[in-house]
Amino acid sequence: MSSRERILDAVRRNLPPVADVPAVPVFEEDDRTSLWPRFCAGLERMGGRLVEPATGADLEALCRALFPDAAVVCSATPEIAGTRSAAAAARPHDYDDVDVSVVRALFGVAETGSVYLDEAALVRPALGFLAQHLIVLLDPADVIANIHSACHRPEFRDAPYGVLMTGPSATADIEGVLIRGAQGVRSLTIIAAPRR
Amino acid sequence: MSRIDHAEASSQFIADRAHEAFHDKRLWELRLKRDATRDEVPEWPQLRDLASAIKEHTLSHLAQYLEQFEARAKANGAHVHWALDGEEHNRIVADILSQRGATTLVKSKSMLTEECDLRPYLERRGISVVETDLGERIQQLDNEPPSHIVVPAVHKLRGDVAALFGQALGSDAGNDDPQYLSEQARQATRPLILGAAAGMTGANFAIAETGSFVVCTNEGNADLGATVPPLHIASIGIEKLIPRFEHLAVFVRMLSRSAIGSPITQYTTHFRAPRPGSELHIILVDNGRSARLGMADFWRSLKCIRCGACMNTCPVYRRSGGLSYGAVYSGPIGIILNPTFDMRRYSNLPYASTLNGSCTAVCPVKIDIHDQIYKWRRLMAEHNQLPFVKRTAMKITGRLLADPKAFRRTIAVTDAALEHLPRFLLYTRFNAWGKQREVPVSPDGTFHAWYLKNRKVAP
Ligand code: SF4
Repeated sequence: MSSRERILDAVRRNLPPVADVPAVPVFEEDDRTSLWPRFCAGLERMGGRLVEPATGADLEALCRALFPDAAVVCSATPEIAGTRSAAAAARPHDYDDVDVSVVRALFGVAETGSVYLDEAALVRPALGFLAQHLIVLLDPADVIANIHSACHRPEFRDAPYGVLMTGPSATADIEGVLIRGAQGVRSLTIIAAPRR
Repeated sequence: MSRIDHAEASSQFIADRAHEAFHDKRLWELRLKRDATRDEVPEWPQLRDLASAIKEHTLSHLAQYLEQFEARAKANGAHVHWALDGEEHNRIVADILSQRGATTLVKSKSMLTEECDLRPYLERRGISVVETDLGERIQQLDNEPPSHIVVPAVHKLRGDVAALFGQALGSDAGNDDPQYLSEQARQATRPLILGAAAGMTGANFAIAETGSFVVCTNEGNADLGATVPPLHIASIGIEKLIPRFEHLAVFVRMLSRSAIGSPITQYTTHFRAPRPGSELHIILVDNGRSARLGMADFWRSLKCIRCGACMNTCPVYRRSGGLSYGAVYSGPIGIILNPTFDMRRYSNLPYASTLNGSCTAVCPVKIDIHDQIYKWRRLMAEHNQLPFVKRTAMKITGRLLADPKAFRRTIAVTDAALEHLPRFLLYTRFNAWGKQREVPVSPDGTFHAWYLKNRKVAP
């Protein structure tokens, strides 16, 4: 018998008493006007930075102003050209020298201040982790209530790769001292930018 | 293997005041942060009920969900392997790597691979393994197992890390600033990730409906390891299954809140299919889980989502340190898991508890932890796995309990003695309970005497 058969066999022999599966409510509040402020508060709490430019502002100039010293700005968005297109990379390692990546989130989550990115938004997932800093464009209209709603989104459920990102990478492994910028990006900036 | 002497190991930990005091304070801090974030979620009690019910449902249909998971994962383009035990798991990993000529593996934290003792196995076969999680890397460089399932190096102070990094990474051993130390680890690890032939992760949840899995981390190291090298191996215990993607939300909402008191981990990553041009291998590991499923008193421990909340709240764990348990899992969850691997070796662990029930109260999936600890004590006694002192004490107790009159006489005498005996007699080596604790004040009279006086009905 293969290990697969032996494991499944042992599991079948040892199954505990049958228990039903409960229905999971989404626990959403009706108040949709509070979604954006809740998202902003959640983001700040997790160490992210929020930038709300005036309508029609030049996003390219804004990115340069946010990171004036960046030599390589690698963009996966049509709104911002940067110095390089994310699609130009032949393999993930090519993002090693990126100072700032720019991507657009599919949606944000008010409960936690998270943004959702899939492999289409990132071109290659490593773009969101190898860069020193990450800028995420988010349309405030794309903010949803909580993690339950997020798990009902097909973009999250069906993507080959998808990540709910909440603030920059962080660690508190040495004496519990919180360090932002562990192994992934050192900072996360969300720019409120309605979809064109 | 020899029996773990938790009491002796913890007395060594306690002897180092600075480390012990910090450990206690830091973990209690995590417990308080957990309370604060829980209070922000009005539906918390419902979430616990749901989490528990979803897990019990899954475990009671586990074979069918495993088959569904496998079929969907294969349809997604992943390779699926099955491992009966740690040895087979390690062999599968070594085979995957050697067939591709891979000699460098970067890993994110996984308690399952600790269970399997993967690192030494691969290193003996010429494969270099690098732990990329900071706490886990510290433990690897120091040749120690993790002392906590969420914060592996929580028993160390910054000075320990500075000295270790000075030696192992060539950093300034005199600089113990955590910011500096974390940066050193980042700089040293990054080239290893970029150069690695393969990356390995565990999984927090595996979803049958989608044949996919989710990894929850904070440092970004798991995503780097999984998305930079061309080969991703994920080791998943068979109890990690949940039926549907919508069920994931219940667990994600409670995991990080329970673990460290943050609303969510920085990264909640969903891996469903290999990237174009890369490979994804999933290893489903049993290693004792299917047997545990059949233990009427203990199968519910398989609901565990490894949040560590029961450890942070446990007064014995906080004061004795994770390494004193001599096992992969420490704290209350370790007490109930480890004896299923080796009953004799871990026969002392069920006594590393005050049975105060705090573990059960904080557990997000409602495992009856302290009841299980009590049941393990009973089993140990039945199987004659009690250490000598406890065995002798229990024998006397057993005789007393079998003889109500003698019991009453003894209680009356003992209580009188507790009040009047000098301390040096009460706090002897033979009364382990008295170490680090004050004996509670005895009541004025026995319950029996009170009952007779107040009820005036003969028993
Ligand atoms: S037993 Fe419960 S509290 Fe302890 S680690 Fe597991 S899920 Fe968390």
